[in-house]
Amino acid sequence: MNTTAKEPVWIPVSTISEFPDDGGVCAKVYGEQIAIFHFSSRNEWFACENKCPHTEDMVLSRGMVGDSQGEPKVACPMHKKSFSLRTGACISGEEYSVKTYPVHIEDGTVYIGIEDPGTQG
Amino acid sequence: MKRKLVILGNGMVGHRFAEKIAEYGGTEKFEVTILGEEPRRAYDRVHLSEYFTNRSADSLYLSPSDWYRTNGIRLLLSEPAISVDTVSRKVVTSAGTELPFDELVIATGSSAFVPNFEGVDKQGVFVYRTIEDLEKIMTYAKQVSKVAVLGGGLLGLEAAKAVLDMGKESHVVEFASRLMPRQLDEAASSVLKSKIESLGVRIHLNKETKKALGDSNFQGLEFVDGSVLEVEMLIISAGIRPRDELAKNSGIEVGQRGGIIVDDELRTNVYGVYAIGEVSLHKGMIYGLVAPGYEMAEILAYNLCSPGQKTKSYAGSDLSTKLKLIGVDVASFGDALGQTEHLPIAYTNPRTGVYKKLVISPDGKKLKGGILVGDADAYSNLLTLYLNNVELPAEPESLIVGTPSEEGSAFGSLPDDAKICSCNNVSKGDLLGAIRSGSCSDLKGLKECTKAGTGCGGCIPQMNSILKEELRAQGKVVTEHVCEHFKYSRQELFQIAKVKGIRSFEELIRSHGMGNGCEVCKPAVASIIASIYNEPIQKHREIQDTNDKYLANIQRGGTYSVVPRIPGGEITPDKLIVIGQIAKKYDLYCKITGGQRIDLLGARMEQLPDIWKDLVEEGFESGHAYGKAMRTVKSCVGSTWCRYGVQDSTAFAIRIEERYRGIRAPHKLKSAVSGCIRECAEARGKDFGIIATEKGWNLYVGGNGGVNPKHAILLAADLDEETCIKYIDRFLMFYIRTADKLTRTSAWLEQMEGGIEYLKDVIINDRLGINKDLEEEMNHLVGTYVCEWKDVVEDPEKQKKYKHFINSEDSDPTVRFIEERGQKRPVDWPKKELVSN
Repeated sequence: MNTTAKEPVWIPVSTISEFPDDGGVCAKVYGEQIAIFHFSSRNEWFACENKCPHTEDMVLSRGMVGDSQGEPKVACPMHKKSFSLRTGACISGEEYSVKTYPVHIEDGTVYIGIEDPGTQG
Repeated sequence: MKRKLVILGNGMVGHRFAEKIAEYGGTEKFEVTILGEEPRRAYDRVHLSEYFTNRSADSLYLSPSDWYRTNGIRLLLSEPAISVDTVSRKVVTSAGTELPFDELVIATGSSAFVPNFEGVDKQGVFVYRTIEDLEKIMTYAKQVSKVAVLGGGLLGLEAAKAVLDMGKESHVVEFASRLMPRQLDEAASSVLKSKIESLGVRIHLNKETKKALGDSNFQGLEFVDGSVLEVEMLIISAGIRPRDELAKNSGIEVGQRGGIIVDDELRTNVYGVYAIGEVSLHKGMIYGLVAPGYEMAEILAYNLCSPGQKTKSYAGSDLSTKLKLIGVDVASFGDALGQTEHLPIAYTNPRTGVYKKLVISPDGKKLKGGILVGDADAYSNLLTLYLNNVELPAEPESLIVGTPSEEGSAFGSLPDDAKICSCNNVSKGDLLGAIRSGSCSDLKGLKECTKAGTGCGGCIPQMNSILKEELRAQGKVVTEHVCEHFKYSRQELFQIAKVKGIRSFEELIRSHGMGNGCEVCKPAVASIIASIYNEPIQKHREIQDTNDKYLANIQRGGTYSVVPRIPGGEITPDKLIVIGQIAKKYDLYCKITGGQRIDLLGARMEQLPDIWKDLVEEGFESGHAYGKAMRTVKSCVGSTWCRYGVQDSTAFAIRIEERYRGIRAPHKLKSAVSGCIRECAEARGKDFGIIATEKGWNLYVGGNGGVNPKHAILLAADLDEETCIKYIDRFLMFYIRTADKLTRTSAWLEQMEGGIEYLKDVIINDRLGINKDLEEEMNHLVGTYVCEWKDVVEDPEKQKKYKHFINSEDSDPTVRFIEERGQKRPVDWPKKELVSN
């Protein structure tokens, strides 16, 4: 799990069984759209913003997960630009990136870590 | 204080110069102003004729609309310079603005050369140079039916094709005795001429124009030989004249026949004043091509931005050209016309319309130039041999009539310093170094680590052969790997999955792959499994390509379009009404597709199951518009309605569409059936097309529209329905088994060794002894068909996957539509330039 200077607020989203293996879903967390991926063949969980930074469509959760030289990634369904699920960087050589979020699993529930919503504008 | 840099001209070269200035950090040092005469920013004039078909300047622009602003460059449009004062060092524009300069770059290009014959000023005579010219041409053309183009060079032939595409009678008038006289010899011209004439363009050579006929309106041309050509409109494309009038009037030296004289650093005779592109005259040459202009722009920008460094100089450009002219490959390089001492070797095949010529040195050792018409595949290899002055093989003719392996061996003799990618200046040695370092073992990697092949892409075939040769030399097996996760080709994976009975991606990657897969191999494997077992694809949902995953096509805004199957395009009034009612109920945008179906767009993801339920209840099924699968079988009305039809094409089209619906293939498949030779269903533009004859059906294969349109080729003639279907079964299964991923039938057939003759031997004569298998496999696919929409409609678990949020019933609030022509459409995407920042 990512550790940042400030401990995030953990928001429960859903139970593990609602997530497809090696696939993604979109969750609404404090009005934000967050794509959450159960990368089951790596036994890992990832989350990033659902918005494709290229077209600004809310579609990344519908993308396909995979890896490139071992780096876990999701390919945007619009034009197949790939983003690292670890860092959010575009690994198709584009300038833009997506914001990532930490994921935490406890008692079969999936939690997303976000900054304290009280501090957000 | 920044120095003031003024650029005259916002054409392709002026723009490239500005780009290079920005790239080299010149906007830190210079305050840059660029003046354009035209009302719009720089666009791709080389592809101007595309404007005839797409009517969109947007697709031709060389930069986003705010490129100049974001790069700190001032752009003034519709404001040409009218004078240059080289003493007080300022430019005056047509709007009266005075622009002082420290450095002045003249990139005013050229204008169309208009021959001076009587009546050339009549209404109906046009030049072919700018978007505005094209707009005038298109407007005037509405009232005429016959058009002549004056000039049989590159641009003239493009214009003649555009005229043809506008549905007009098209003529080309050329003064010289051959087409493209600067690039082609008589024999090449004659091959090209018959190819172009077969398209319907009429060519008139050796024609010197005497005068234009008609009163105020142009009515035709009279030639010096006394003959007359009656046409109602004339487009002049007879060469260029440099736009050097500003220079002439301000003491900047020009050549006797025009063009601003520049030295190797592109300097004029006036300090701080430079000229680049088609307006410049370098060592007696005016280059009428964009590539030399780009080269000059790059050199000058580098020199201006890197003071104190060694300056770059311009050494003149190679005039080699390769292009697809009116669908015919034409290439010419070096001393193509054999103007120096040489030996010519030529090969002509009038049947296939191929002409190839090598111009070699008298001792037979060096390639000096060449011409290729009809088949220019050898161009990049030949150009490399020529540019690098490589010694030729003992039988140089093998380069144009030999097999690819012979070409390869000549190519292997290239020295390591031979330049392969001229866009990025990468040599053969650079490529070998990268391969030997072990960091790149495929083309993609080689491109990434050397940048070769990332410019115009013309060197990719050579990169490929160098790569393969080197890998072979290292004793490595060369195969077309699907991606980094599978060291197998699609064909190999197909055989593995079939022979081992593998039915899932996990099983295949665990036993024959590595890593976690990606968006390339997962859909490829999904397609293979579907083609072998034909299980509902929703069973393997997460490895399906996005459209297959949701059984609909993702569109802008992340909404979907829905296309019900309408076999053969036949539909009852009741069903037509039902589609309208469903579209209204869900507020969908409606469009008739090119394949005789109805596209319903703008469906939100969560609406899809409901829309399908309504459609399925009314007797519709999925049209597989989303799949790499059989799409549509177009038809005409055939003998049942048409006064010309000789067979019932509608009934046959429906039969075919219903037979092959839902089968998965390496790429999408389209078909059509025409009821007579008039071909109203456009069957030859399809992967397989059927045209009725008096005696039965002709079956054509390997055609398509798309990026590289191809006419399908005749596989068998005068078949009865049963035989025709048997052949299609075999053809499709053979394609499904052996084609590479995402390869249409046309490319598959092109790559097939032995081509159509080999395919005929397999399909008709059972050369491989596999036809029984192929037919059984197809019968299995046909027999196990289920409608994929129905599958979801009947299963509440599957419908859950269509919620936008896992934890809320809300729709995606960011999806927005606007109204246009009485229907909705998604709002535009943000501007690309904003997105890329």
